Amino acid sequence: MSQPHPLTATAGRSKGQVADLHFMDARSKLLDLAAFLDRLERATGPEDHRVRGLRAALPLLLAAGDDRVAKILHLWSDPSSAPIEKADTKSASGVWPGIQ
Amino acid sequence: MRYIEPHGHMVSRTTDDYQAMAMAGCAAICEPAFWAGFDRKSADGFYDYFCQLTQHEPKRAAKFGLPHYCWLCINPKESEDMALAQDVLSLIPQFINSPTVLGIGEIGLNKNTRNEMKVLEQHIELAVKYDQLILVHTPHLEDKRKGTRLIMQVLKSHPKVRPERVIIDHVEEHTIAEVLDAGFWAGITLYPESKATPTRAVDMLENYAAQRVWLNSACDWGVSDPVAVPKAVVEMRRRGHTAKAIDSLVYGNPVRFLSQSPNFKDPQALLS
Repeated sequence: MSQPHPLTATAGRSKGQVADLHFMDARSKLLDLAAFLDRLERATGPEDHRVRGLRAALPLLLAAGDDRVAKILHLWSDPSSAPIEKADTKSASGVWPGIQ
Repeated sequence: MRYIEPHGHMVSRTTDDYQAMAMAGCAAICEPAFWAGFDRKSADGFYDYFCQLTQHEPKRAAKFGLPHYCWLCINPKESEDMALAQDVLSLIPQFINSPTVLGIGEIGLNKNTRNEMKVLEQHIELAVKYDQLILVHTPHLEDKRKGTRLIMQVLKSHPKVRPERVIIDHVEEHTIAEVLDAGFWAGITLYPESKATPTRAVDMLENYAAQRVWLNSACDWGVSDPVAVPKAVVEMRRRGHTAKAIDSLVYGNPVRFLSQSPNFKDPQALLS
């Protein structure tokens, strides 16, 4: 496995220090997410796979562990392993369209 | 502060961007060949593009005191057209000995198709044949994990590819460990929306070995920030990382990887 990193600042960092550095940024982003969900609530039509993926990721935020980002990215990833025959688009949407 | 921008698509950027990067401490820029945002219709378009990368852009960068290097390839987004890809691949050897070419890149996959895989394999053969470094683009968003694994399978199955001469770019939290554990270098790309933010990048650096990692902005014609690397440096300073550790990451690491190409010159050595 990968070796521990020589950047040692993390080890002695308290939760208070992390909050001092990043709480306001996280607060702002959480409110933006809430506003996005409110905006969806006021919109019409069916929800697409991207929003389904976003909702499916929300419980992971409250799960224990320090690998939430990786877990969410895995959740949104194409689970297949073989190359596809031909692409019907050049772009990616952010969430695997087959997500339930 | 000094840093190397190891992945910037400067043909898409303005002189103001060169100025901002130079003022922020940039010491050299490396520019992989990429998709122009539209499909080029013939190999002639690539011939002109390779001339731009090897001849014109170094002159533009030099006006800001910045050494400019490049990588050559046809981007995976244009690899679906196999005939075009063959024509472009046949052009590369005539540019490979240009004094600022570092290797073959950014090759890789986009939608993980069979044709993209074939062209990836041909690029790798070209790199091996001409003893070139390899810079790999990994797919976007939901296609990244699968594409990264496919790319590593191809690279690992080639007996003449040395992982320490390959950097796999655009890693994120779900791919970085696999890339580093396989012996490759890993690039973390700092984007305002997709890929990694400076805070997430520094989190990754604190969790994984950083000896084979570089940070880059991959600034291009889309939403991107040519001074993203200095912003990550500010984040590292806020967290208490030492100037030595920061310099080792944003200057030392790119110099170590890129110096495997005889064409790359340590900018510090050029100044002394």
